[in-house]
Amino acid sequence: MGSLPERINIQVKTADPAETREQELLRRVRAGEKQLFYEVVKPYERRVYSAALAVLRNEADAEDAAQEAILKAFTHIRQFRAEARFSTWLIQIAVNEALMRRRRAHPEIIEPIGERQEEDGQYTPRDFADWREIPSEVLERKEVRQKLADAVATLAQKYRDVFVLRDVQHLSIEETAEALGISRASVKTRLLRARLMLRDLLAPGLGGAWFARLPFEKGSKPW
Amino acid sequence: MVVNCEHVWQEISNYLEGDVEPAVRAEMEAHFRECRHCTAVLDGTRNVIRLYGDERLFELPAGFSQRLERRLAQQTSSVGSRSARSLWILAVAAAAMVAGSLTLGNSSAFKQPDLRSHLALPSSGIPPTLMVVVSDDGKVFHVPGCKFLHKHDDESPVLMTAADALRKGYAPCVRCLRQYLSDRVECPRLSATPELRVEAWSPVLHPGL
Repeated sequence: MGSLPERINIQVKTADPAETREQELLRRVRAGEKQLFYEVVKPYERRVYSAALAVLRNEADAEDAAQEAILKAFTHIRQFRAEARFSTWLIQIAVNEALMRRRRAHPEIIEPIGERQEEDGQYTPRDFADWREIPSEVLERKEVRQKLADAVATLAQKYRDVFVLRDVQHLSIEETAEALGISRASVKTRLLRARLMLRDLLAPGLGGAWFARLPFEKGSKPW
Repeated sequence: MVVNCEHVWQEISNYLEGDVEPAVRAEMEAHFRECRHCTAVLDGTRNVIRLYGDERLFELPAGFSQRLERRLAQQTSSVGSRSARSLWILAVAAAAMVAGSLTLGNSSAFKQPDLRSHLALPSSGIPPTLMVVVSDDGKVFHVPGCKFLHKHDDESPVLMTAADALRKGYAPCVRCLRQYLSDRVECPRLSATPELRVEAWSPVLHPGL
């Protein structure tokens, strides 16, 4: 067996010049140059939208929630503390907005007690397909993006919420726990399960089957 | 402590987060060297994190940015217009006291631009800070991305605020800025108040219409 791949760093680091520029823009917005706010949020549009989409699972609702969240951030910009990361603050507003809308639309959804107990049990991977590193260029393919979106949509809500905040939105364990109102230990347990379940769902396909050449492709006669 | 496969699966997420004790980490690495299944789980879990962490995964709906920019501009102008209204009350009161015989309509500050299009419709409420695009020889301004912007192949559209576009005599596009167009045909030169002109940056209707 070859050498182990290096551990990946999951934290997203913002380059200093970009962060400095963002802080300067925020200072000017707070000082009254409101028209600059769009410039501040533009780099985060996609993240805000995907956070809302993960919770609401409907594109139109997600867009509305995402835009409403950005407008709320604009209205309450004076409440933003400069020592926090703006992106984290914005994502948390979006998640809160989406969760609120989901509760309003589906008040009947409550977490079953059985699911809570299930967290204590161990998760055993079902599939051991070899899935070596794949180039990130596969994300340029629409069908791959759709497979990934479908897979995450199959997760139970409580796993999906944690996974999306931590692994899609790059919030820390603490920030994820705070946004969802659960303990750090629950975040870690749910995250483990979500990651392993997604691996089980995706490994057989992304590990090879979806990319294998078809035997009857043009120019490749089986006889 | 010697870790087995089940231990590894329960700690694999923490391992990838760098959140395991050094001794456990060393045990897990020794295990990965020996266990093909656990290495497959490790590689797969790492791929899951990498793929879902890539921002290309979720595409914004078409027009999302333009709609957001428009809503923000409306919000900005509604905040600004409240301040402007207060200022206008003060300004009008002061003007009435100091120069009672002068009318605001004669002030050069309210000089209307010469419109590039004689077909322009009256509009109101266009946020002054809304970013719009125009072409050099065009007569109309558009929301970025509007397919009705006519320009030459080698020409790039010019970006400016709606306020600037109106000052330069461009008229709003009847398609992408339809919501700001009035159905009524009237001559704002005769009826516009200072408040209307400042808040809405309303273009004038050509006297010929």
